[in-house]
Amino acid sequence: MSTYANKKGFGATIWDYLTTVDHKKIAILYLISGGLFFVIGGLEAMFIRIQLAIPNNDFVSAGFYNEILTMHGTTMIFLAAMPLVFAVMNAVVPLQIGARDVAFPFLNSLGFWLFFFGGVFLNLSWFLGGAPDAGWTSYASLSLHSAGHGIDFYVLGLQLSGFGTLMAGINFLVTIINMRTPGMTYMRMPLFTWSTFVVSALILFAFPPLTVGLVLMMFDRMFGANFFDVAAGGNTIIWEHLFWIFGHPEVYILILPAFGIFSEIFATFSRKRLFGYSSMVFATVLIGFLGFMVWAHHMFTTGLGPIANAIFAVATMAIAVPTGIKIFNWIFTMWGGSVKFTVPMLYAVAFIPTFTMGGVTGIMLASAPADYQYHDSYFVVAHFHYVIVGGVVLGLLAGINFYWPKMFGTMLSEKLGQITFWTFLIGFHLTFFIQHFLGLMGMPRRVFTFLDNQGFNAGNMISTVGAFLMAFGVLVMVINIIITSVKNEKVGNDPWGDGRTLEWAIASPPPFYNFKQLPLVRGLDPYWVEKMEGKKEMTPAEPLGDIHMPNSSILPVTIALGLFVAAFGALYHMDDKSWTLPIIIVGLLITFGSMLIRSVKDDHGFHIHKEELMDDKDKGGKA
Amino acid sequence: MQTDEKFTDATWPAAPEKATLEGKNKYLGFWLFLGGETVLFASLFATYLALKDKVPNGEAALAKDLFELPLTFVATMLLLTSSLTSVYAVYHMKNNHFKQMQAWFVITIALGFGFLGLEIYEFNHYVHEYHHTFTSSAFGSAFYTLVGFHGGHVAFGLMWFISLMVRNARRGLNLYNAPKFYIASLYWHFIDVVWVFIFTVVYLMGMVG
Amino acid sequence: MANEQSNSANPNVDLKYRRKKNAEEMKHQVITFVLMIFFTLLSFAAVGIEGFSHWFIKPVILLLAVIQVIFQLYYFMHMKHKGHGTIALFLFSGLAVGLITVLVFTTIVWL
Repeated sequence: MSTYANKKGFGATIWDYLTTVDHKKIAILYLISGGLFFVIGGLEAMFIRIQLAIPNNDFVSAGFYNEILTMHGTTMIFLAAMPLVFAVMNAVVPLQIGARDVAFPFLNSLGFWLFFFGGVFLNLSWFLGGAPDAGWTSYASLSLHSAGHGIDFYVLGLQLSGFGTLMAGINFLVTIINMRTPGMTYMRMPLFTWSTFVVSALILFAFPPLTVGLVLMMFDRMFGANFFDVAAGGNTIIWEHLFWIFGHPEVYILILPAFGIFSEIFATFSRKRLFGYSSMVFATVLIGFLGFMVWAHHMFTTGLGPIANAIFAVATMAIAVPTGIKIFNWIFTMWGGSVKFTVPMLYAVAFIPTFTMGGVTGIMLASAPADYQYHDSYFVVAHFHYVIVGGVVLGLLAGINFYWPKMFGTMLSEKLGQITFWTFLIGFHLTFFIQHFLGLMGMPRRVFTFLDNQGFNAGNMISTVGAFLMAFGVLVMVINIIITSVKNEKVGNDPWGDGRTLEWAIASPPPFYNFKQLPLVRGLDPYWVEKMEGKKEMTPAEPLGDIHMPNSSILPVTIALGLFVAAFGALYHMDDKSWTLPIIIVGLLITFGSMLIRSVKDDHGFHIHKEELMDDKDKGGKA
Repeated sequence: MQTDEKFTDATWPAAPEKATLEGKNKYLGFWLFLGGETVLFASLFATYLALKDKVPNGEAALAKDLFELPLTFVATMLLLTSSLTSVYAVYHMKNNHFKQMQAWFVITIALGFGFLGLEIYEFNHYVHEYHHTFTSSAFGSAFYTLVGFHGGHVAFGLMWFISLMVRNARRGLNLYNAPKFYIASLYWHFIDVVWVFIFTVVYLMGMVG
Repeated sequence: MANEQSNSANPNVDLKYRRKKNAEEMKHQVITFVLMIFFTLLSFAAVGIEGFSHWFIKPVILLLAVIQVIFQLYYFMHMKHKGHGTIALFLFSGLAVGLITVLVFTTIVWL
């Protein structure tokens, strides 16, 4: 049996993507849905900036502003940045370590569908009585008293997509530990794989506290529990801690993959080995480790006391050290290299000063006494947009441009890419640089408007103009993607010409089994090592033989769908409606029924036979 | 890889749970999952400790009014013993003795049900005798959530064992189902680990005051 | 291929050896279990018998719990066997995160 992709009808393609367990197709699914949510979150950002363009604006009402603001943050973090990160990880990591797929292809698909249904569930709140409106942090003291079902959508939607993320994390850990090709030792792994490894570990330990926090919130709001209700002995600080024990590692979960992508790009386009590889690995691990000890710096003004604040302030500042190591290593990688300013490299170069500025304001915020001044002002907004947009978004844009040919077999236009880059970068600095000063002048965050004659007018107008420039840049990128896809000019295995790691040794896009024969890795940057010895391809580590592949399955979709249905029942259960219980039961039956089918029906996968592989020369799957 | 191939005692591998790549992946992935579960239960323990004896008024029951030694002791013995019986089951799995393995798993399941029954009786007792409910106080919410989460894990573990037993009742051991049995027993031990902390931190320390 | 782990030329010799090893290990497991039951009894006795101060009881029963869990992990869950380095790393990292959480929730949550 084989599932070679012949010319297929539209319906068959859809079915193929619904049932796929192939990491490369799941990457495309993550990319499409993450991109979609990125556009939705971006629209919300535009509404915010339009509302704040002039004083006393009434473009949106105060209540609606709260909803937009909450959904902008929640969407961008959970539904845009996370899946886009997963898109790149899925597309690249198995190729980089020379594996034929991830360790658990079925779970990989299940993780995606849980995320997807969670995201859809959350966004349906717009049409079902109002979105969540207590900020993306949803502090209990505020969210317990939020009317309507907005917060319930937040709780259940994030719970669903959180499960998906946890599965993806475990999956990547096992893949990287167990499935590396012969010769691929830990200290030969590309830095993007290393950052995926550390990030997956962070996911493993950071998402359970979020799960617990969301469960407690759900119990309080929907089932009458009293965790955060002070009158019944509860304590709202518990939510803040649980949220930030998750929330701080979460920002490293987002930024470390961006660091990984930039490390690959700097080395590739400087045509040099990454400077200080082992110190880069060390710094990545150290950032991951310290990331768990600093969460309370989000809570300096909560009143934890001077000792706690001092400990967390010092730990926070310590993170500047490994980050600084990385910044210098990137600069030294370019030093003396023959640098090519392709679009990914432009993003990488622009990232260094931008992210450093965000890091410096981070140190300012980390000083607990000074933080009392900055807290809840636009200074904080400027800071985290400098690290998240200046780090994560630039990283993702760079990564998408860099890996586009590997994922789709065709190059994005460099010219349009440069237009996107310049408008986005200039627009970004216009939008957020001025916000530092607005914050220092006393403009509070999360407020739907401001008064005239406070000196905020010019700054806010500049910020809004910048936001439109960014939107223009994203629009050009969408056009670029459409034009590129229509033209569909095929490229070879190493379209940038300077690929260093294993993914560039095989066809673009790779055949569904990735490597016909697993490649033998003989050093860091294995493909570069072979190139330097005048070879065009990797040396195989095994004779040509049958390849074992997993079967496709629709069950991940039905498992996730069942939970999605049950979540609607749970959400309206507190309204004492009679139909909610049947809905919960039906949903759970779908989920557990699918899980039962999964565990009872043996799934041994199938084999691609040697003979078929030998006929397959032109697919270029040879290692 | 013929994972459903039949084995003799001599060809059966020493570590059947890790003899295939799938088995190895499952084994490692499940341990990592347990690492995550550790954090999950730690968060619940932390919440319980922060909210212990936090009640709205003087009449509400506190930890030292509620808990009784005998009940907790019997429950603990049941669960600890079930841990040993599942070790016996895995021992027979490694020796390729399918029948004995099944027998020990049946005992494990029976002990698990005993534990679950006691827990249901206990909750019922608190609700009716002390009006200590999920919604009566923050203490109640935290107690039922922590202990209930553990009870939910026990129930899930039992369902897991049962479906594995039923599914494989006729076909004996092979390298496809050996990792599944092994992992289910790991899960069972983890449940026991959590219970050791629950009986110590919640019940015993609760009684001490 | 599947039986690559029986590494003697005569699988029956190997089998005998393995059986003996397994039986030996099972004996250790039973001893572990007896010790665990003993520790549990000690814990319950410490609480059940009147007269000990809670400054004594709490640390002692916590210590007994920790020892029991170590037994459970290293014997029942086979962590003492080789090849568990990665597993130990992740389990103890999880434990560290969990302990910090517990520490914080018992110290800096205001009430």
